[in-house]
Amino acid sequence: MPLLVELVSPERVAYTGEAKMVICRTTTGDIAFLPGHVPFIGVLATHPVRVLLEDGGEQIIAVHQGFVEVSPPEDGTTRVTILSDVCELSETIEVARAQQAKSAAESALASDSEDVEAAAALRRANVRLSVANA
Amino acid sequence: MPGAQERVLRRRIASVQNTKKITRAMELIAATRVVKAQVRANEARPYSERITEVIQDLAAAGADADHPLLRPIEKVEKIGVLVLSGDRGLAGAYNTNVIRAAEQEIQDARSKGLDYSLVTVGRKAEGYFRFRNFDIDASFSGFTDRPTYEEAVAIAARVTDMFVNGGCDRIDLAYTRFVTLGTQEVVVRRFLPLESEETIASAGDAGATAGFEFEPSANAVLESLLPRYIESRIYAALLDAAASELANRQRAMKSATDNAQELIIKYTRKMNQVRQEAITTEIMEIISGAEALADDKSGPEDLLLDHLSADPFPNVLDRRTQHSNHETPRT
Repeated sequence: MPLLVELVSPERVAYTGEAKMVICRTTTGDIAFLPGHVPFIGVLATHPVRVLLEDGGEQIIAVHQGFVEVSPPEDGTTRVTILSDVCELSETIEVARAQQAKSAAESALASDSEDVEAAAALRRANVRLSVANA
Repeated sequence: MPGAQERVLRRRIASVQNTKKITRAMELIAATRVVKAQVRANEARPYSERITEVIQDLAAAGADADHPLLRPIEKVEKIGVLVLSGDRGLAGAYNTNVIRAAEQEIQDARSKGLDYSLVTVGRKAEGYFRFRNFDIDASFSGFTDRPTYEEAVAIAARVTDMFVNGGCDRIDLAYTRFVTLGTQEVVVRRFLPLESEETIASAGDAGATAGFEFEPSANAVLESLLPRYIESRIYAALLDAAASELANRQRAMKSATDNAQELIIKYTRKMNQVRQEAITTEIMEIISGAEALADDKSGPEDLLLDHLSADPFPNVLDRRTQHSNHETPRT
């Protein structure tokens, strides 16, 4: 029985599909979900989420914070829902823009190492780039 | 001058025709955009449904509800009103209705001796309340017919701050709910604090028996989830309001187009009547002129040429006869 993966952003359902395994990083560490996982709710960190597909392929999604919920199994299917304000599939990421954001954030951090927003922006840009290059 | 009125009417018809073209175009634009707004509202639904589900699961799992956003109302001394209106007019009674509902809410609070804070969304509400010297704590505008999530986040941040730090004991939300294309209703709802008892009650036992695991902890998840929940509720309300605004505009523009068509018909009839009158008058003038002349003919006869003499050019005729008399012998 596969996992049913749903990636839901506030504006629309960004991705749905079946998968063998989902790997993501919560604020306390990495976690992988296999079919039949116990019900789970976790807070996600800014990090790529890896979805290992049925056919052996892999879909990587940049998730900038949010939540992951594993619902109690219904009819043997385990549903993994990722709720996130910003989530991007690797195909939709503009590498040039992410690079630009990265260098802007780096220069902001260079002048003020306490800048929380710039640090967050840098983290986001890094996640985007790693997803786009994967 | 009879032609003047006709010309005035003709000009008025032309101008109404132009107005009709404009309102017709606006109607069609609103019609296509209302469909898009509905699609957006539908696309946004899964997120708010899921987030509600997660909150219900958390509540069922016994997450501690001692969060500032969930604190129950003890004594209301100051209320916050968030009103969602449109940026532009020409949408029938859409703006007026929702603004009036919000104003009513504020007046009620005032009559009870309560203080109020007002947050407006849309230029129309801002203009209305500013003109009437209400205190506006914050206003957002420029996106009401196509709101994005970022705007919802900004509004949510302001409203949450008013509730947590700004001394508001209750926040009400006034907006126009989109029921169907034909029906929209203005609703005033309690927005904050969140109805925690209600969500817990509606959660049932499903979550409790499921035995959720939480990371880092149920409370931490709830804490980071509640702001998202507020954002998604504001976003849903914004989308609903946008769809209602467009539906109202479409309806208003449709009736404007119909009215313009009616006016055109009315003016055209009037114009034809005026023109016919002018023609009739002209004919009357000609006839009466001719008749006046005819009357003169049968009246004092000495004024007409053929009555002056039986033969108007007797000499000429005489000369011709003489002339012909001369020529006859030659031939």
